Amino acid sequence: MRTRTTVMNALHAPGEPRARHPAALLILLAWFAAAPALAWFDKYQPVVVVSAPYIDLHTGPGRGYPVFHSVEEGEEIVVLKRRTRWLKVRAPRGVEGWMHESVLRGTRDATGNAPVVAELGMAEFAGRRWEFGIMAGDFGGAASLSAHAGFALTPNIMLQAEGSQILGDFSDATMATGNVLMIPFPKWRVSPFFRIGTGIIQVRPHSTIVRSEDRTDEIVNAGLGANLFLGDRFLLRAEYQRHTVLTSRDDNEEIDQWKAGFSVYF
Amino acid sequence: MESGIQRVFLMVLLAVGAGTAAAAKPDDLDLAPLAIQEPERRAVAVDAIDSENFELGVFAGMMNVTDFGTNALTGVRGAFHVTEDLFIEGSYGTTRLDRTSFERLSGAAEILTDDQRDLNFYSASVGYNVLPGEAFFGKGRAFKGALYLIGGAGTTEFGGDDLFTLNFGFGYRLIARDWLALHLGVRDHVLESDVLGTEETYHNIEFSGAATVFF
Repeated sequence: MRTRTTVMNALHAPGEPRARHPAALLILLAWFAAAPALAWFDKYQPVVVVSAPYIDLHTGPGRGYPVFHSVEEGEEIVVLKRRTRWLKVRAPRGVEGWMHESVLRGTRDATGNAPVVAELGMAEFAGRRWEFGIMAGDFGGAASLSAHAGFALTPNIMLQAEGSQILGDFSDATMATGNVLMIPFPKWRVSPFFRIGTGIIQVRPHSTIVRSEDRTDEIVNAGLGANLFLGDRFLLRAEYQRHTVLTSRDDNEEIDQWKAGFSVYF
Repeated sequence: MESGIQRVFLMVLLAVGAGTAAAAKPDDLDLAPLAIQEPERRAVAVDAIDSENFELGVFAGMMNVTDFGTNALTGVRGAFHVTEDLFIEGSYGTTRLDRTSFERLSGAAEILTDDQRDLNFYSASVGYNVLPGEAFFGKGRAFKGALYLIGGAGTTEFGGDDLFTLNFGFGYRLIARDWLALHLGVRDHVLESDVLGTEETYHNIEFSGAATVFF
């Protein structure tokens, strides 16, 4: 326990009130203001001809919304936009409705072929390029919240940036790390990985009780975990990491972190 | 008379023949082929179709904080729809804390500074749409909508401390227009705080409505 000094003690020992983060709010508001403008461009609206005997249109983008119209073989439909895997289309006589992306396989485009509809299945999971996720867990007895963004160099190697907020009883910390993930079996539904990384951790003691100050240390970590493919760009993730805080004193400090969360990938 | 008619036909034939011969000059054969300019036939790129999977908006309502009364709550909320069933959501909300009964009755002692009476929270959650379907309003109007269950984690700035907070609840999303949704929902924000001396679990109940746009 002698080694558990710096961060651990700080997480359970005292300081001063922290600043709030209005910047995030402003960004969200700016985004909100820009949203209607974004809807104006990107007007790619391809036309396809129904080749199946008929296709059904739903009133909304989901299987729970009723079918209200059928488009016959040989009729043209214009694809207006997409929400998740549903397409909003305009059929002859101005009828607008929604159909699942896979229904496009029963149509022909200008080349006379059915449009290629990607299967968002295991192959996309194994070959994912970008991954964004959020996790929560335990960091040496304190609660941790983290967000990560990853870019896959190959199906087996992913670079990842991660930011964490650690909330202890007496002190909070912010941690930013860069990591490399090795994924030996990317095609498995439960795909294990190993990770190593390095970064910095800044500890801010809580209010009231005196004597401590903000402190920044370098940190290195190694860990392992697994992704569980859930389908359609979504995965669950759980992992364990062992952090070593490189303090300026004789002993380095070791901290275990467990966390679980989810990611979306593209 | 007959030979006269024949002669006329012959002259016509000769004229046509000469014309044909003239038209068949090699120069003319070099003309650009009479290719019909066909429209470019392109395959449909499904990925290029404008997608509207993001939802962003503002919410307002009430939040009850144990011992600190019920106060107006406002915030912003954004979601990304991963599938027709599943979405992830980020929220930021802010409310104000009343004085506790103790503070009011004792008259003097203030437990929190004015600054600490602002309660702010951030959360990231996963939502699952259950019971999707149409809802009817009056005789002639049908709206698309879905009930959703939602839960997640985040932080709450409460009494001067950032505290780990779990949230869970449910809401109803009514799609008023393709691009506009109205929400009504209830969430429980669970956290532990010792702001009143002993470590206690707080259930801060949020009741709110939101207006969001899809893009």
